[in-house]
Parts: sequence; structure tokens; C-alpha cells
Amino acid sequence: MTGSPADIYSEAILDHARHPRRRGRLEDSCAHAEGFNPLCGDRVEVWIDAADGVVRKTRFEGVGCAISTASASMMTDAIAGRSIADARASVERFIRAATGRDLPDDPPLPGDLEALASVRRLPMRVKCATLAWRAAASALDDADQDLTSAPGAETKP
Amino acid sequence: MTRAREIKNTPAHGRDARATIAVDDFIDVRSEFPILARPVHGRRLVYLDNAATTQKPVAVIDAVRRFYEEDNAAVHRAVHALGERATHAVEGARRTVARFLGSNDPDEVVFVRGVTEAMNLLAFSLGPTLNPGDEVVAPLSEHHSNFLPWREACRRSGATFIVAPLAVDGAIDLDALGSLINDRTRIVAFAHVSNVLGTVAPVQRIVEMAHRDGAIAVVDGAQAACHTPIDVKALGCDYYAISGHKMYAPTGIGAVWGRRERWAAMAPWQTGGSMVERVSIDDVRWASAPARFEAGSPNAAGAVGLAAAAAWLGEIGVERIAAHEAALADRAIELLEAIPGVRTHGPREHRAPVVSFTADGVHPHDLATVLDGEGVAVRAGHHCAQPLADWLGVAATTRASFGVYNNMEDAGALAAAARRAVEMLR
Repeated sequence: MTGSPADIYSEAILDHARHPRRRGRLEDSCAHAEGFNPLCGDRVEVWIDAADGVVRKTRFEGVGCAISTASASMMTDAIAGRSIADARASVERFIRAATGRDLPDDPPLPGDLEALASVRRLPMRVKCATLAWRAAASALDDADQDLTSAPGAETKP
Repeated sequence: MTRAREIKNTPAHGRDARATIAVDDFIDVRSEFPILARPVHGRRLVYLDNAATTQKPVAVIDAVRRFYEEDNAAVHRAVHALGERATHAVEGARRTVARFLGSNDPDEVVFVRGVTEAMNLLAFSLGPTLNPGDEVVAPLSEHHSNFLPWREACRRSGATFIVAPLAVDGAIDLDALGSLINDRTRIVAFAHVSNVLGTVAPVQRIVEMAHRDGAIAVVDGAQAACHTPIDVKALGCDYYAISGHKMYAPTGIGAVWGRRERWAAMAPWQTGGSMVERVSIDDVRWASAPARFEAGSPNAAGAVGLAAAAAWLGEIGVERIAAHEAALADRAIELLEAIPGVRTHGPREHRAPVVSFTADGVHPHDLATVLDGEGVAVRAGHHCAQPLADWLGVAATTRASFGVYNNMEDAGALAAAARRAVEMLR
């Protein structure tokens, strides 16, 4: 391994950690999921409000380290306004990158996300960086379920 | 003395060594720890995670290697020459460990994997003597290994698990503890030294409180054995457990000392080979202690390594080590407290060299990762004492813990790296 473990704290990541995007709760959201890291006690909650198969709104809340906070903030950037299918693909793509399990035809990640995914070099911190993404995957599944199982869902405000 | 050590300046000797020894006078043992010579991330290793596990001196590594190269065989069974040598090595190790703990009776020492196994052994073997209405008391600050085994023993037996509160500085609140111990109390279990705050418990006083009401006093010595001379007879406790890997010995070996009459009254918690006198199809007679509590083939090389570590500590003198480490911890606390927004936890006085700290606006895991990049190894987390972390009102702390090979340069490196990390992360 080259470089210092501290390299993970790029300016972009520290900026997300200091000024997280979309932090807060969504009360009337259609999907909600929680992630917990027993190693350090970090906890994150993710809300997704989807309509017409699109992530209309997403928020997160939680206490955690800079990596997990930045990661949650960047996750909301990656899924907000996207179709549920695209959002899920992005989430899965990031988790593969952060855990060193890229598929041969995986496209490169955008620069900031690649910087975050370089956490794969710090095995003890991978869970911090993937916590919110795993919660998002679960919330996206629920959002999808709600849409497919509730006939009137597309008229939901 | 197996090897000459460089002695800087004039070493302090004798009874008053603790008061007079200066850090620069301390014998330099760094060269005896091969791992300290290996750079980490291209930097000099500043190893300050000793409360989690200590590094191993050549004396210990060699003792283990020598056992495998010269003596290895099944212990307590083989009648051939190697079998006798291996048995002799393990029983010799038992004598050394007993003496290290202040006992002249090796049969009072049971080898275990470490304090976790020791507490499970005690909780399972003493468990059948617990009944509904009985109480087991442990302080809130305990490591999970001296908390969960007792809580589970209470759950199984219907006894009540009582958590004793802490004083403002995180020490055990002795008044409150005294009022919680009564004639229903069967067991009082507590750590000699806190693995998070470095608090040193007044063992004798707590043992007296327990015994006044006829309760058994169980002491977790995992964090104490490398910082404090142990004399179980003077402490007066009923059981005292240590983990080898936290006192420069190999992983996977530890010991629990118990009073001979206590062991004699206990049923085994694990059964199998080596722990019986006679087995028939429908009957069994257990061996006496320590064999009764050592089912299966023992970790013979580990026992030899544990004894080598005890002997090595004895050569240097645990009191001298304690004085050396205390000076380092004091300096580290002073330097860390000088960083804006950084606060150390635990008592100021009479503490072991375990320094937990937090920095406003900086998560301990981020701090530890940045320190790692500078070659400074610390622990971040709840340190397997979540009720204590809750009590402190933090999810985690960063913990720097000092050992015999640390020096003032290490204390300075810790503080300098912490200052840079806090500035970068905040």
C-alpha cells in the first residue's frame, strides 16, 4: 500500500463531512432504513420519498465519523432525482468499488466517489464508508416494493 | 538475567525507586522487541495500543520457539522423554505464574485463554450455587468480559445482577458499592485497573466489603498485571485473572488464581480429557484443581511463554516499569490537554498509563486513522465497555496506552500527531 491512511480525508470528503447535504428527516417518506456499526457505534438513518419510480427526495440523519457522514451526504447526491433503478445501480456500484469487488465492465466512478471508495485500502473503515449506502439499498428496495404493490402509488403526492 | 541491557545514566534501585526514578534512567528495552524496529507507513512505529495487546520481547518469543524446538509433546499423558519434558515445562510455568501472582501454591493457578475465558469459567462453575434472590454486583465501568458472564449467570440462575455506579471521575463509587453489598450478595466482580480510564480500584477495600457479607471477590487483573505488582494474598481476593497477551506474553494464554478451598468446592465448566480421575459408563470422578478446570490438551507453549513474560517482568521490576509509564502518561495528558478542544478522561492521580481522550468535533475513528498515517497506533472505540461509554456520554474515545518500551519521544509524537489531526479534521 502506498500513501498514508490520512489520504482518505480529501478536501471534498472533509467538505461533505463538515457541511453534509440533505441532513434531516422525512416524515412522510415512503421508505426508511437504518444502518448500525457495532464496532464504533455509528448509526445512520436514510429516508427516501419516491414517486413514479423516481427518488423525489432523500434525507439522512445519524451520528458517526467524518467518513460515514461524508459518505451519507455523497450517497444522497448520487441518488436524488434518479430513477429507482438507476439509484440502485449507483448504490451497488459504489459498494462494489468500496469493498474491492468491481466487476470487469464496471464503469469508473466519478472523482469524488472514487476518492471515497479508496477506503478499500483501509479495511477497518470500509464499514463506515458503506453504512449509508447499505441503508439506502434497503430503503430503495422498500420504495420499489411500495410502488409495485400499491396500485394508487403514482398519484401519491 | 539472560541478556545485558543498556542502562542509561544511573539506575534507581530499591524500595524508593518509584519515587526517584527518572524516565531517562530507565533501562532501554526497545531493542528486545523486534516489531518496534519495523516501520509502519514508512514511519517509526509509536505503539500506544498496549491496553489492547502488548508486543513480545525476544525472551518470550525464544521461550516459545525453544519449547517447540526442544520439548514439544502431549502434556500430562506421554511417558516418553519429550512428554515428561513438556509436562515439566508446563508445571514449571505454573509455579512461575503462581509466584508472579504472589502465591506459593501452583495448584491454585488454572491456565485459561485469557480473562474472558477465566470469567466464563468462574461464572459457569459458580453459577449453579446462585439462586433466585441472590445478587451479583459489578461496577458500570467493567469490560464486557467481566460484565456479560455475570449478567448471563444471573439470567440462567434467576439471581439479580446489580450494576454499581461510578463517582464523578469514573472511579468506582465506594459508598454506593458499600450500600449495594448485603447478605444477599454472593459475588462481587471488578477490574483492578479500568481498560478505558486507567482507574486503579482499591482492591483490598472492596474485597473487605465483599467478605464482610460473605460474598466472593473476583478481580479482573487484565490491565493491572503489567503495571502493578500483584500479590493475591495481600489483596485478599478469592480469584484473580490475567491475560498473557496484555503482559508481553503470547496470545491465547492467561491464568486465573483462586483459593485452593474455592477450587475444591467447584464443579468443572468444561469436561473432557485430562480433567478426570476415573470415568465409567455411568459415573465420573473429577480430578482436583487445577486439572479439573483444564479440559483438553493445554496451550503448553503459551504457558511457557506466559512464564517467560512473568520472569522477564520480574527481572526489570514491575514497580520500576510503573514509575516509567506513569511519567509518560502524565506527560501525554499534559500535552493532549494543551490542544484546544481536547479533553482526557479519568482520574488525575493514582492511575494506570491508559489515557482516553476526546476532541470536540472530531470522531475518534478519524483521529485514529490520521494518527496511524503518522505511525502512531492507538485504539478508538468503546473499548468493549459500552455501558461506560454511555456513562461518559460518548459513542467512542481515542485511547493511548503506554508500555515498558515507550519513551518520552512517543508521548511527544502522540500529542504532535493528535494536534495536526485535530486541525486537519475539524
